[in-house]
Amino acid sequence: MAVNGKPFAITLEVGSSLANRTGDWRTERPVYVHNLPPCNHACPALEDIQGWLYEAEAGGDGYERAWRHIVAANPIPAIMGRICYHPCESECNRAQLDEAVGINSVERFLGDEALKRGWEFAKPAAPTGKRVLVVGSGPSGLSLAYHLALRGHHVTIREQAKQAGGMMRYGIPSYRLPRDILDGEIARILSLGVELECDARVEELEGAIREGGFDATFLAVGAHIAKHAEIPGGAASHIIDAVKLLHGLAEEEKPQLGRRVVVYGGGNTALDAARSAKRLGAADPVIVYRRTRERMPAHPSELEEAEAEGIAFRWLSTIAEAGPGQLRIEKMALDEKGFPQPTGEFEDLPADSVVLALGQDADLRLLEGVSGIEIEDHVVRVDDQMMTGHAGLFAGGDMVPSERTAAIAIGHGARAARCIDAWLRHEYVPVDPPRKLAGFAEVNPWYYSDAPRRVRPQLEDVRRQSTFEEVVKGLDDDSALFEARRCLSCGNCFSCDNCFGVCPDNAVIKPGADGELYSFDLDYCKGCGLCAAECPCGAIEMVPEEI
Amino acid sequence: MPATLRKQVEGSQAMAEAIARCRPEVVCAYPITPQTHIVEAVSRIARAGRLGTCEVINVESEFAALSVSIGSSAAGARTYTATASQGLLFMCEALFNASGLGLPIVMTVANRALGAPINIWNDQSDSMAMRDSGWLQLYAIDNQEAADLHIQAFKIAEELSLPIMVCVDGFVLTHAMEPVEVPEAEAVDAFLPPFAPRQVLDPDDPYTIGAMVGPEAFTEVRYLQHVQQLAALEVIPRVAAEFEAQFGRRAGGLVEPYRSEDAETIVLALGSVNGTLQEVIDEQREQGAAVGSVALKSYRPFPFHAVREALGHAQRVIVLERALAPGIGGVVVADVERALAGLGIPTHTVIAGLGGRAITRRSLREMLAADLGDLHFLDLRTDVIEKELTR
Amino acid sequence: MSANGGKSERHELSGQPQKVAFYQTGTFAVGGRLLDEELRSVQSDPERANAITKGHRACQGCGEALGARYALDAALRAADGQLIVANATGCLEVFSTPYPESSWRMAWIHSLFGNAPAVATGIAAAMRAKGRTDVRVIGQGGDGGTVDIGFGCLSGMFERNDDVLYICYDNQGYMNTGVQRSGATPPAARTATTEPIGQHAGNQFGQGKNVPLIAMAHEIPYVATATVAELRDLEHKVTRAMEYRGARYIHVLVPCPLGWGSATNEAVRLARLAKESGLFPVFEAVGGAVTSVSPIRHKVPVEEYLRPQKRFAHLFAGDGMPEIVERLQAHADRNIARFGLLDGGEEARELDLLDALALAERGV
Repeated sequence: MAVNGKPFAITLEVGSSLANRTGDWRTERPVYVHNLPPCNHACPALEDIQGWLYEAEAGGDGYERAWRHIVAANPIPAIMGRICYHPCESECNRAQLDEAVGINSVERFLGDEALKRGWEFAKPAAPTGKRVLVVGSGPSGLSLAYHLALRGHHVTIREQAKQAGGMMRYGIPSYRLPRDILDGEIARILSLGVELECDARVEELEGAIREGGFDATFLAVGAHIAKHAEIPGGAASHIIDAVKLLHGLAEEEKPQLGRRVVVYGGGNTALDAARSAKRLGAADPVIVYRRTRERMPAHPSELEEAEAEGIAFRWLSTIAEAGPGQLRIEKMALDEKGFPQPTGEFEDLPADSVVLALGQDADLRLLEGVSGIEIEDHVVRVDDQMMTGHAGLFAGGDMVPSERTAAIAIGHGARAARCIDAWLRHEYVPVDPPRKLAGFAEVNPWYYSDAPRRVRPQLEDVRRQSTFEEVVKGLDDDSALFEARRCLSCGNCFSCDNCFGVCPDNAVIKPGADGELYSFDLDYCKGCGLCAAECPCGAIEMVPEEI
Repeated sequence: MPATLRKQVEGSQAMAEAIARCRPEVVCAYPITPQTHIVEAVSRIARAGRLGTCEVINVESEFAALSVSIGSSAAGARTYTATASQGLLFMCEALFNASGLGLPIVMTVANRALGAPINIWNDQSDSMAMRDSGWLQLYAIDNQEAADLHIQAFKIAEELSLPIMVCVDGFVLTHAMEPVEVPEAEAVDAFLPPFAPRQVLDPDDPYTIGAMVGPEAFTEVRYLQHVQQLAALEVIPRVAAEFEAQFGRRAGGLVEPYRSEDAETIVLALGSVNGTLQEVIDEQREQGAAVGSVALKSYRPFPFHAVREALGHAQRVIVLERALAPGIGGVVVADVERALAGLGIPTHTVIAGLGGRAITRRSLREMLAADLGDLHFLDLRTDVIEKELTR
Repeated sequence: MSANGGKSERHELSGQPQKVAFYQTGTFAVGGRLLDEELRSVQSDPERANAITKGHRACQGCGEALGARYALDAALRAADGQLIVANATGCLEVFSTPYPESSWRMAWIHSLFGNAPAVATGIAAAMRAKGRTDVRVIGQGGDGGTVDIGFGCLSGMFERNDDVLYICYDNQGYMNTGVQRSGATPPAARTATTEPIGQHAGNQFGQGKNVPLIAMAHEIPYVATATVAELRDLEHKVTRAMEYRGARYIHVLVPCPLGWGSATNEAVRLARLAKESGLFPVFEAVGGAVTSVSPIRHKVPVEEYLRPQKRFAHLFAGDGMPEIVERLQAHADRNIARFGLLDGGEEARELDLLDALALAERGV
């Protein structure tokens, strides 16, 4: 109490409030979650879309990281960035804010960057000595070959056509998928040491396996046999099937279709056929389809492009009879169940040729006599390991029950690769446990800038009607970056610092480097929940504290 | 202005010159009669450039004036303010705060009555009302002492880190022309070292000042405040002695006895009335009366020991007070009686000079001659009282 | 290409490379790995000052604890750490300094409830007297200490144009003493002294005491309002205020879960809704004239703001008090018209803010 000591106001020296551990107050604690973004959930190719968009958002070096993230699942992003019907975008939460993120266009940008810059896959693992036969070089076969090659297995692909690619080459016109892109991405897979034999139809499977000394086989023969319809008087008309037409185009044949072409069917193949016919000189291709526009199985984006190019449609119509230069069309009506029923009303439609696009079947002749195979509805049944009833014989793509898209086929290839790899080691790949879906309700949309999606520039409508030049162009660098950054990062932290900022108790610890995860200082966190409420992307959840 | 000259000067001017020589860094006040001349004069000196970088701030209220002073003092600036009467009461909340924070602010209180009824003239009700505010309170007898006490006040306050009021009777001192000697600046510099605050707001050594204290430690804080006040009982006379040694003049201290060594009746009083009182005592002494007086210079802290020493031999003690505690009577007398406890000396409270009523020699003469009761109102106009009581 | 939309057009008009507008959350989130270092918020800095450190005793989800840290960390950066704060009595003072603990990591003084602006003036005067003009001074308090009991000192500080930035953390009532009405309590709000009993619909309607506008009437150099919902805006305003000398005033809306009867995780959301409804206009004024407003991005009816708060529950109980809600809506609409809160749009604001930040960082 000396006079010269500190004055009494602060004689009782004040310490730091760090001594007061306010974590005691908490009844709920925040936890960081990694919920399943809807895009990932919807991706048949099993891509971690949110993950690679996160890398792409950085631009620059991030593009290569993003590409590497994609090819962990899908080895052909430049192709899929063109031909995928992107179910990811249909599920994208951003659609509820403004518009879905243009995931597909960013994927294409990254795929093209990889080709342009010559990015290579990672080096395969050390050889295992195991040999795997792949029958068919479509998307599932290529996907599988890639994934197994990376795991160090020796892969041989046998392809009956002259070139690899399956329906990507023989079913999709070049204006949708330029051949240099296709060739470039296939070549990169082959560079892993995958052996490709073309013009090599497998006639007798078990013999081929035995002779080649293969330890496992993956069947990916696709579905190339066009379904036919009996059209009365058809013999008198020029009728070809769409599969043949597109296959011929791929081999640079120029079929003579005449000026008036009618395409019969409502799938994507019908649209491809009609749009190809237009480019071959048909004046007014008409698509005849027995149901309505809304019930057409073709992808809406393709339908819009076709309409823009001048393709005409006859909805609720069937071809009742074909004569020289003319078709008899019967009007249909949908019944209560939505099935088309004949009405008895007819009209005539001039036609120089008819292209049938009524679906395809798989050519399963190579399986004749193979034990254990189950075939139902013209497709082969496989179990959850993608294996047929015959041990060591796996199958995927259009020849197994599926919706028959390239993305699904890639997913089959990737999954089958895991299963074959496990099978070769006498293991089993368990089904991945379900993850909680990251819904829009958990997103805090206020934080995101209002930003319309960048739309890939399209060739002028007129110009593309006469050439097979690629219709849809890619994004430029800025637009791709912008598009990538529109990702909401649903259910997964994207390092925005919001939790670190909004905590009134300074109880969020920010990591030293970008990209590392934040953590909570539970000694002081009072459990108010502000971090969770204000997390833009729903990556924080409050869970009850055990008291 | 040749400062060393002893010259005829208004009390306010003299105090302002003394304050200026203490080199305040921040002066902040709000005008109220009869304090105005002091602050005006300090402002004038500052505007003339004689106070260097000193900030003179004219604020919107006394509450703000003391609050600004709290801020500047906490930030390490030597700080001066002045007020009176209602202004002191308007500062009340901040007064307790400044002392609680231990800020060595020096404030002149130009003592003035409190309303209602409003009255601008002198008594000491204002500073008496603030006796428990935790501020040291010194009372000046004349303008020389008023000037000198300010110089001592800065030294005492800063050494103790306690705020201090220099109480000077309004008008009686502030507006009176008297010969006053104001020391040279160099001499004051030699006497008063630069302010070296023991707690300061410093961004480079950040400190929390004014934290909340709960029941677990509040008593201890108050105890320490009390101890700090008691320490002033040693510091005040020492500084007065140092002052006398350097300037050759007596000023300040705890008490100033006047011809009381052998007095039978001793009058204890605060402030300027001591001048008149001493004259009356001289006169009475010539007539053989054994009377003396004691000027109480330090009311807070109350120098019980010094008072007992000064009064302990008297046969009766008159406490002459310029304030009234309604329902009680005197204010100071209670402390005096405690100082004299056990000695059996009768005390008489005389309330005088309220609201500026002059305390004349004649009245004091009558007081000394009278057979006083416990409480006596000097010069009470009984006609007015009776008229009101019978209305 | 119609889908290129307004954003890119605006960008093209600006003639600048679209450096930051690409950013996924713009300036709305606290930070982000994609922002250039110099454009990151103060709060995103792992080395931020944390003027109020952890262990303070503010209620869970306290808007004031958040707002004060936001503002002071920004001010500390702007002043290069040379800052002293004078704090009025109130929640902020009580929860930060219960003996023997202080949460303050800066020079800080608490004197009284009603004198923080004057204490700040005194500190500023001391610094000037000592030639320490590098040391900057902030006075701060809640709405009670600012618009009510401290208003005289505040107005005096404004009038003298003392070199003080005063920040009011407005939680619209005397929360520390148990939620009584203050001069900043909005009409119809329930407080402990304005209970909706009988014919009374909570706090009375009136002109309110709009201290930002009163501050502008003093024609001080800088006045701004802000909320805890828009950190970048708040930091920008504090930084801007620190560029001026003389009296400056920032009024920050800080929702109080306790006093407003809202969930502990809603302080930021309610601040956002207060602004987006128009009830709390966010603007800045230089020399007494409004120079910019933070436009409403997605306008919401006042009801969306009022409903989550128990202090307005009587407006929606039973048959409700639709006429009172309408009056509050009219109040919001008047603000929107008066300040032009629907003009400009988000993009203009965002780009302007980023431009301003970039300029500020370059010392322009």
